[in-house]
Amino acid sequence: MCATCGCGDTTGPRVSVVSGGEHEQDDSHGHGHHHHHDHDHDHDLGHGHSDHTVILEQQVLAKNDGIAVHNREWMRGRGITALNIMSSPGAGKTTLLARTIRELGRQRPIAVIEGDQETRLDAERIREAGASVVQVNTGAGCHLDAEMIDRALRALDPADESLLLIENVGNLVCPALFDLGEEGKVVLISTPEGVDKPKKYPHIFAVADLVVINKIDLLPYVEFDVDACVAQAKILNPAVRVVVLSATTGEGMDEWYEWIGSRSAISPVAVDN
Amino acid sequence: MGFTVHELSIAQSVVEAVCERAGERRVSSVRLEVGQLCAVVPHSLLFCFDVVTAGTHAEGASLHIDQIATSARCNSCGVTFSPPDMFLLCGCGSADVEVLAGRELRILSMEVS
Repeated sequence: MCATCGCGDTTGPRVSVVSGGEHEQDDSHGHGHHHHHDHDHDHDLGHGHSDHTVILEQQVLAKNDGIAVHNREWMRGRGITALNIMSSPGAGKTTLLARTIRELGRQRPIAVIEGDQETRLDAERIREAGASVVQVNTGAGCHLDAEMIDRALRALDPADESLLLIENVGNLVCPALFDLGEEGKVVLISTPEGVDKPKKYPHIFAVADLVVINKIDLLPYVEFDVDACVAQAKILNPAVRVVVLSATTGEGMDEWYEWIGSRSAISPVAVDN
Repeated sequence: MGFTVHELSIAQSVVEAVCERAGERRVSSVRLEVGQLCAVVPHSLLFCFDVVTAGTHAEGASLHIDQIATSARCNSCGVTFSPPDMFLLCGCGSADVEVLAGRELRILSMEVS
């Protein structure tokens, strides 16, 4: 059993460079050796040797958030735009990414961090689409955190002015709380999942900057009221943008690209040769 | 073991933070403040805390969770209300509300010896 977190996984999160063959560098077991030292002091309320209270008053996720701030600064300094893409399994994240890489990759470099509990299957699909990619296998973990992104960034070393697409672990609950250092949070849902996804998973919709409704090519075959779904999402998050598309047929992709451009520190046109 | 809950990460963060601060002292209890809007299930967090503290200076420590109810102010009609869930809709029909409480996720204090 892993000594750090008690999980059954003895390797912890694994970061692998998927280079298409020869070397796959595994950056194994790393439960964090970031030491973000804070400089505040204990406010001990007692002076004896018996139990006494230490006031901490600190954010539970302070460490994650500190690393996320560092990631964000590091990427902004290089003109890299990171987007955190979250959905339930099977909503079409990898298909959306693969199409985006093929179509937008002509304009600017695209790099991908793939989060999955196990396997490198998605990373292989992304690499075939033409992006540099690292796979983070979270093992027992259900979401990516800022430290995994920090490690993945070191392994990936994305080019300046890249678009960095972070495909989070397929899960609509856990990733909501963890800042990775991204410029935008994208929640992807697909029409076969039903309109009530925002109602069932309100936390993730509340933190989203963009909701993508995917698989609209299936609208004739499934019961899905686009307007009702958008209305639900807007109640949870009045400022959220919604883009409706099909990553399979390409319908609606322009609006997705336009949104990516609006989140970018640099205009995609500026790097178009 | 197969945990797939973010409460495990939260518990890990709490234990890391308190053990770092405690140094060589033993931690006998920890008090957290958890807002209703945080998507944290107290029962899961208690379970994960026990697992994560094993073998640390906080082994056997008790965890107290102060749950903070959601409170919001409507920017349209000015009323302050307590939404029962994540749908922050004012009775007047407006969704333009400001959250006053419910997003807390803080370690308040710990008992050490």
